[in-house]
Amino acid sequence: MSQGTLSAPAAPAAAAPPRGGALKRLSRRNSTVAFLLTLPLILLILGLVVYPFLYAIYLSTLNRRMTRFIGWENFTFLLSRETFWNVVFQSVLFAVSAVLLKALIGFILAHVLHALPAKGQRKWRGMLLVPWVIPPAISTLAWWWLFDPSYSAFNWALMGIGVDPVPWLGQAGWARFSVILVNVWYGSPFFMIMYLAALKSVPDQLYEAAAIDGASGWQKLRYVTFPMMRNIISITVLFSLIVTFANFDIVRILTNGGPQDTTHVFATYAFQVGIQSGDIPLGASVSLFMFPLLAVFAIFTLRGVNRRSKEMA
Amino acid sequence: MSSTTATPFVPAEIRHGSLRRERRWALIGAYVALAVFVVFFMTPPFHMLMTSLKSSGEIADLSGNPWIVAAPTLQNYWELLTEGNYLVHFRNSVIVTACTVAISMVISVMAAFALARMKFWGSATLATGVFLTYLVPETLLFIPMFQIIGGLGLYNNLWAMVLIFPTLTVPFCTWIMIGYFASIPKELDEAALIDGASHLQMLWKIFIPVALPGILAAMIFAFTVSWAAFIYPIAFLVSSDQMVLTVGIVSDLIRADTFQWGKIMAGALMAALPPLLVYAFLMDYYIAGLTAGATKG
Amino acid sequence: MAQVTLRKVVKAYEGGVQAVKGIDLDIADHEFVVLVGPSGCGKSTTLRMIAGLEEISDGEIAIGGKVINDVPPRDRDIAMVFQNYALYPHMTVFDNMAFGLMLRKFPKDEIKRRVDNAARILDITPLLARKPKALSGGQRQRVAMGRAIVRDPKVFLFDEPLSNLDAKLRVQMRTEIKKVHQTVRTTTVYVTHDQVEAMTLADRVVVMNGGIIEQVGSPQELYHNPKTRFVAGFIGSPAMNFIPCRLENGAGALRLHLPGDIVLPVPAERTARYQGLAGREVLLGIRPEHLTEAKNLDRPHFAPMTATPEVTEPMGMETLVHFRMAGAEICGRVDPLAPAMPGQPLPMAVDMSNMHILDPQSGRVL
Repeated sequence: MSQGTLSAPAAPAAAAPPRGGALKRLSRRNSTVAFLLTLPLILLILGLVVYPFLYAIYLSTLNRRMTRFIGWENFTFLLSRETFWNVVFQSVLFAVSAVLLKALIGFILAHVLHALPAKGQRKWRGMLLVPWVIPPAISTLAWWWLFDPSYSAFNWALMGIGVDPVPWLGQAGWARFSVILVNVWYGSPFFMIMYLAALKSVPDQLYEAAAIDGASGWQKLRYVTFPMMRNIISITVLFSLIVTFANFDIVRILTNGGPQDTTHVFATYAFQVGIQSGDIPLGASVSLFMFPLLAVFAIFTLRGVNRRSKEMA
Repeated sequence: MSSTTATPFVPAEIRHGSLRRERRWALIGAYVALAVFVVFFMTPPFHMLMTSLKSSGEIADLSGNPWIVAAPTLQNYWELLTEGNYLVHFRNSVIVTACTVAISMVISVMAAFALARMKFWGSATLATGVFLTYLVPETLLFIPMFQIIGGLGLYNNLWAMVLIFPTLTVPFCTWIMIGYFASIPKELDEAALIDGASHLQMLWKIFIPVALPGILAAMIFAFTVSWAAFIYPIAFLVSSDQMVLTVGIVSDLIRADTFQWGKIMAGALMAALPPLLVYAFLMDYYIAGLTAGATKG
Repeated sequence: MAQVTLRKVVKAYEGGVQAVKGIDLDIADHEFVVLVGPSGCGKSTTLRMIAGLEEISDGEIAIGGKVINDVPPRDRDIAMVFQNYALYPHMTVFDNMAFGLMLRKFPKDEIKRRVDNAARILDITPLLARKPKALSGGQRQRVAMGRAIVRDPKVFLFDEPLSNLDAKLRVQMRTEIKKVHQTVRTTTVYVTHDQVEAMTLADRVVVMNGGIIEQVGSPQELYHNPKTRFVAGFIGSPAMNFIPCRLENGAGALRLHLPGDIVLPVPAERTARYQGLAGREVLLGIRPEHLTEAKNLDRPHFAPMTATPEVTEPMGMETLVHFRMAGAEICGRVDPLAPAMPGQPLPMAVDMSNMHILDPQSGRVL
């Protein structure tokens, strides 16, 4: 048989050229269709993501009036400024503590929800997701009002139990706490819903098998739940690190970086420097400082997602 | 106490009873924890609602309880809807969001179909690129975008938002649509191929109807992102008639040092209403869209 | 109408792996041909090449005399029934069946006439307004067939259509498919891994293995005259027994010398055929149904032997007895009344007129 195969190409060889041509035409037509279908996406990514990014790099090498190439000067200038180091510190503090708290609260809530009887779960879940649904630029207005120096409803309640009013946004330490608090309020539901989805994807039989093997509640968490959710947890944490690190709206509305620039994160500082003070190149440099860290997070996220999709397949 | 007396008789029953009691306590603990968090999560919207129902006199009265309304009034809502630019902002938000959702869906559905079903040169790279683009935060790009929009003569123009917002929505929409399309059994397109469908007929008559839940989830995602977008509007829109809700409320209701808190809260509440309504009525699709990124694709 | 011709058809994947290694096959008009073989034998790939879902690496496939290598599936005038039915979940049964006609721009009343007709043949008229989700497995199967019938194509292609059904429904749908074919008489190529399905449905069965065709023939032919050890072992259940033995010349006749000093005479009319092989080690191929209880011994060509069953399996109308001979598992079928007990020697009869002699090296039936 294999000999037959080897000799076979000889006979159809004469007929081959037209067929090869037709086949090629067909597959070329397919790629043309595929190319046309993805063209808008490619244009969007190239024109409105890749190009602006490269343009940002170019901008960051110009002087304030954008008339002269100055190389690294914007970056070295920033590195020599105490305010900038303050921004770096606050961005890291803000992102890390907010993400840890969100992950923790989300994990607790997901577990508590998962333990509820199915019929009540929906209602509770519905209420717990509300902070995530309201646009943060809008919900932060409510927080701003709750933190108002003279009319703060929190302080009114604290006074009721005999505690002194808190300068929520007026003092560096409290202001840092407040922006983190609002971010945790806004972001915890997201973690909760991701973990809940992951919990639901763990087959009940695994828990039953673990119970029969004599696992306690904690051991089930440690040996069944955690390993099964590890990927989702890391994807969610990394993703949230990116988003939180690059946060703009909450800080911008609550404190606008104050008091004395202590709550500025990269995005708000870049906005203040680049748009409000009109030093576009310096603003671009500030936001570009975010890139290395974000790139690392992004690569790890992608790895997690790839591993996860392999698992699912 | 009863357990000590019961010990000699039927140990099995005690264990059963304590198990049940343990479970009941766990459940009570769960409800307490949930209640605490629901209070924490609901406080701002609740306070928002209370303030929005107060007259400015009542808000300014420091002796009153800020958490409850003594004399509810719809004055703030009425004034917002009849005077000032609130309705203009609302209309702008609707226009921008509608256009963004439409553009996002067209681009992402077409691209996702090609990426999920037609293997072509560079398709894997493109799919990865789409995901990485999704991870690029807008705060990294708003400054060069400011220059680009200015260069296009679109500064302080609502339509600049329609141009830019798809960058926030398309990557993720494409990503989740790839997941949904990939989950459609391959035999379905083979059947359609034999039935005589072209690629576009296959997309339109089979893939889009079958993946409708996914499309709905992606649409909801695009809607919420576009409705909530903040940094581009605040950077690029300066005159009130071009503004969308997220920036318009504050800019119009805060003049120097006078904060019209009642109207701000009323405006914020109404601005939060569309996403809340979409969420309330389409919760499953909303959540599917949220979680799809990590579990699909 | 349409005959299907395959000429030296090859399917090669990147890296040089060949799923189909140059097969030739002629399928006549109106014929029902079943491709059967173990998984990975290339039967599905062959079907998918006929359908146009896989490219043909080399060779030619013609439908109705026209080479269709470069013709896209929709222009091949074929219809296919898939293993998972592949019904469009968002369309009603009617729309599922009408979809292909609609794409081909048939007039509305013609579509309706054809769908109604197919629904009548398949007995699914009351289901026309339902969605696939609301159908049972058997009903979905019928709709999938209906979708093929309405198209009135040159060729029907079936890709393991019954393997998702439970055993009882499978038997029922098998009859159904046969009935439909007798009604519409469309040329049919049917792929299955189930040899019973192949035997019951086919006009001709094509047994494939490892990317080549082992044998083509009617079910009877394959059963009684397998050409290779593979076909002999694949067709029939329980499978044919292969017992290593020696072909000897003795007392003017050929005889088979089995392990355990069992000697079985070769029927006289076959002597000429095997004469040249005397003295060689061969394989005796004998089906379980030709290894029966001793009471058949008075019939011609039955030879006695004794075996000690290890396991007996009463099936109702017969009892399967399993025993060992020179390390090989041997199975026989005896009357349920025969005294078959594990560990008890059982006198048996071998029907030598239905035995085969195989070359142990090449696996060919001699």
